[in-house]
Amino acid sequence: MKTQSRRSFLKASALSGGGFMLGISFLSNFKSFGSEPITNLPLNFNELNGFVKITADNIIKIMSPNPEGGQGVKTSMPMIVAEELDVDFSKIVIEQADLDTKHFTRQFIGGSQAIHQGWMPLRTAGATARQMLREAAAKTWNVPVEEITTELGVLHHKNSGKSAKYGEMATAAAQIPVPKDVKLKNVKDFKIIGKSKRNVDLEKIVSGKPLFGIDTKVDGMLTAMIVHPPAFGLKFKAIQNDVEIKKMKGIKDIFSIKIFNDDYEKTFFDTTTFNEVVTIVGNSTWEVMQAKKALKIDWQPIESYTQNRNMLGRKVVEKIPAGLEDSNEHKAKLAERMTQPATVRRKDGDVESAFKNAAKVIESTYNAPYLAHNCMEPMNFFANVTAEKAELSGPLQKPEFTEQALSARLGMPLEKIDIKMTRLGGGYGRRSYAHWLIEAALISQKVKAPVKLIYTREDDMTSGIYRSTYSAYFRAALDANNNLIAFHVKTGGTPESPLYPNRFPAGTVDNYLAEDFTIDSNITVGSYRAPRSNFMAAAEQSFIDEVAEAAGKDPIDFRLELLNRAKEKPVGKNNEYEPERFSKVLELVKEKSNWENLKKSKKLGFSAYFCHDSYAAHVLDLEMKDGSPVINKVWCAIDCGIVINPNAAKNMAEGGIVDAVGAAMYGKMSFTKGVPDANNFHNYRMIRHNEAPKQIEVHFVENEIKPTGMGEPAYPPVYAALANALYRAVGKRLYQQPFIENL
Amino acid sequence: MAKYSLKINGKTQQVDVDPSTPILWVLRDHLNVPGTKFGCGMAMCGACTVHLDGNAVRSCSLPVSAIGKGAITTIEGISADASHPVQKAWLEHDVAQCGYCQGGQIMSAVALLKSNPKPTDEDIDNAMSGNICRCGTYLRIKEAIKTAAKTSNAK
Repeated sequence: MKTQSRRSFLKASALSGGGFMLGISFLSNFKSFGSEPITNLPLNFNELNGFVKITADNIIKIMSPNPEGGQGVKTSMPMIVAEELDVDFSKIVIEQADLDTKHFTRQFIGGSQAIHQGWMPLRTAGATARQMLREAAAKTWNVPVEEITTELGVLHHKNSGKSAKYGEMATAAAQIPVPKDVKLKNVKDFKIIGKSKRNVDLEKIVSGKPLFGIDTKVDGMLTAMIVHPPAFGLKFKAIQNDVEIKKMKGIKDIFSIKIFNDDYEKTFFDTTTFNEVVTIVGNSTWEVMQAKKALKIDWQPIESYTQNRNMLGRKVVEKIPAGLEDSNEHKAKLAERMTQPATVRRKDGDVESAFKNAAKVIESTYNAPYLAHNCMEPMNFFANVTAEKAELSGPLQKPEFTEQALSARLGMPLEKIDIKMTRLGGGYGRRSYAHWLIEAALISQKVKAPVKLIYTREDDMTSGIYRSTYSAYFRAALDANNNLIAFHVKTGGTPESPLYPNRFPAGTVDNYLAEDFTIDSNITVGSYRAPRSNFMAAAEQSFIDEVAEAAGKDPIDFRLELLNRAKEKPVGKNNEYEPERFSKVLELVKEKSNWENLKKSKKLGFSAYFCHDSYAAHVLDLEMKDGSPVINKVWCAIDCGIVINPNAAKNMAEGGIVDAVGAAMYGKMSFTKGVPDANNFHNYRMIRHNEAPKQIEVHFVENEIKPTGMGEPAYPPVYAALANALYRAVGKRLYQQPFIENL
Repeated sequence: MAKYSLKINGKTQQVDVDPSTPILWVLRDHLNVPGTKFGCGMAMCGACTVHLDGNAVRSCSLPVSAIGKGAITTIEGISADASHPVQKAWLEHDVAQCGYCQGGQIMSAVALLKSNPKPTDEDIDNAMSGNICRCGTYLRIKEAIKTAAKTSNAK
């Protein structure tokens, strides 16, 4: 679907049973909407939108446009609308919207951006609906609109004593022209935002209701599974025993499918590891699983190839090498390339002279392995494809993009494709790459029946799209007074570089150099909770701890000193972070953790990071028991602007901390001759109840800044807080993840 | 294929399936009780936890032929309206994020409190360590179990 450049608009229309519906879509300037005829609806937008419906019998429904994967948007986004609409949050109906590019845009999970980008549009949606209801009441009662007030879904006119529920004015409100400019509430007057609301789906979750894609079931539905090559660097050749397999009980068909056509230009989210897979279709999951075990397939080595990709407008040529790769080889190659020239991404001052004149030089290299996402709900999707239309349903993060890829693959226009979004049993980036949706559609098309495709845990864990393996080298120069005078960072990754050249400590030091390189691989990678930041924070914040120690300074004070420099006289341009906000989270966690006192007796680690427009700092307290670390407590301070739903935001921070401790401590995907060394939870270690921190205390900086998301920011700094605490506990710096292998 | 008469959530139901079929797939594919989730298929993650005569078992690794006369309870069977003390505690602590593992977590917690009404933190860790939550809600789960222990005992 082509993106049309149009101004923002709000569109009101009468519902068939009375009442009105307010659909909104927004470009950057929310003030410029006006009503447009329904025939002229833009087909696609670039920004997020929301949706309000009110019936004549006073049912107030707020649509939640974005997929819900545990980040809480199905509760927090409607809270923002409800705040400005002025309704009782406990009485509204919240519904997950389908993928609907006519009414909504940016219906995806990614970059912790839903709340940040939705803030003004969602508020405006609520405020506009409220304003139209007020105008309808003023007209009906023949009084000035300025005299109409609202309270919890009721319109009042004080002088005449008249009042009406929103529903009573909803039909009249649908006739009111959409106001061009509406007044938003003052932050101080918020009644819903900032007050904790329980997850709107929680009662269904604790009752085992079918909320997830994997729970989809329709009449006549078949179950499908795929078999992909056992190693990266192999591809499908032939099925040996399809005749036998087809005779097995409950098995309907077995065939291979090609996910993308050879001449298709893949976009950013079209990553797929194995373009041709074998699929088995049958009556029930267990029968298909048995057939899968009995299946014999010939595989063959891939040849090296290149593919043209359109990465969100940027054309790139990806080189995919042949061969069966080994983790030892990845590590050796990264180390070798680290000694060779790289691409300079930022240079301030005269770095080499500064290092020559330094009183002390500190240098270290940090490494991390591939990581698998391991969403608890294995990849799955439902498809029912006929010649007329394609109906799809399931968990995915980027439905707009996947719909386009499917349209190209099926040769079917977007209007004939319908994607419903179910709750996601975890996403963390993995469900951005929805090749399994296309697989499900192709299988359904071939067998001419509705099909639910399910990956086994093994299929899920060994099908690629991992977090890259990374390396980062750091070098810091101190003068005779232990001031930081030069900083050099050089990073590399297979196949992605983790570098963010304009983040801390860029801007705090006169002489700064950031450079990077990449190494091609046939092992596919994709976004993983706080992409690249999850490694850069780990490496950089561990190194800063080393530099502070070499300078004989307290690790928090040392960072504050640097941030002061960035406040007073920032070096260079394009520094991504605001040093004032950054300093505040450091100061807050220092105070709340009683750092000055506790650091004397306890093994504390500190770390802080800026990403996704938010600031997070952690203090982690651990002790060693029988050779294993026991994390007694983590104090966390976050500045994510205005906090929409405090208890849910706290939950996100707690979860991010537990998840990151797990990945830092145990997370590892490695390869032997192209074969993943882990394929299920017996050989991929996940953090368990007994290994989680005993206590987590979360504090938010209170301000009135436009809110930012909470899905990612708390996660990256945890790794180094743990590494730095472990250093104090065991006297050893940790340069290689997972830490458990190096204690 | 073989016929089985199974006691599920207090109701007796008939299925005709291969004897090796795990009870997880009998529930999900044949009896339309999908609250019990598939996570790993090898009893390593706990998403599929159900009760067999009150004990927590991993239904992905329990063949239907091994059930005999045993009574199976799933997450749908512990209350009709989310009113079990453990469910209520989960609501009170706003435990879930994605929510996929929570049915299994609750079933493990219910079984724990039945055998050990006043668990210590260590007891909770031991009983719950077979249940993975990738979202990292372990601390809330622990607090919810403690709350449920208090409210159950107060009854």
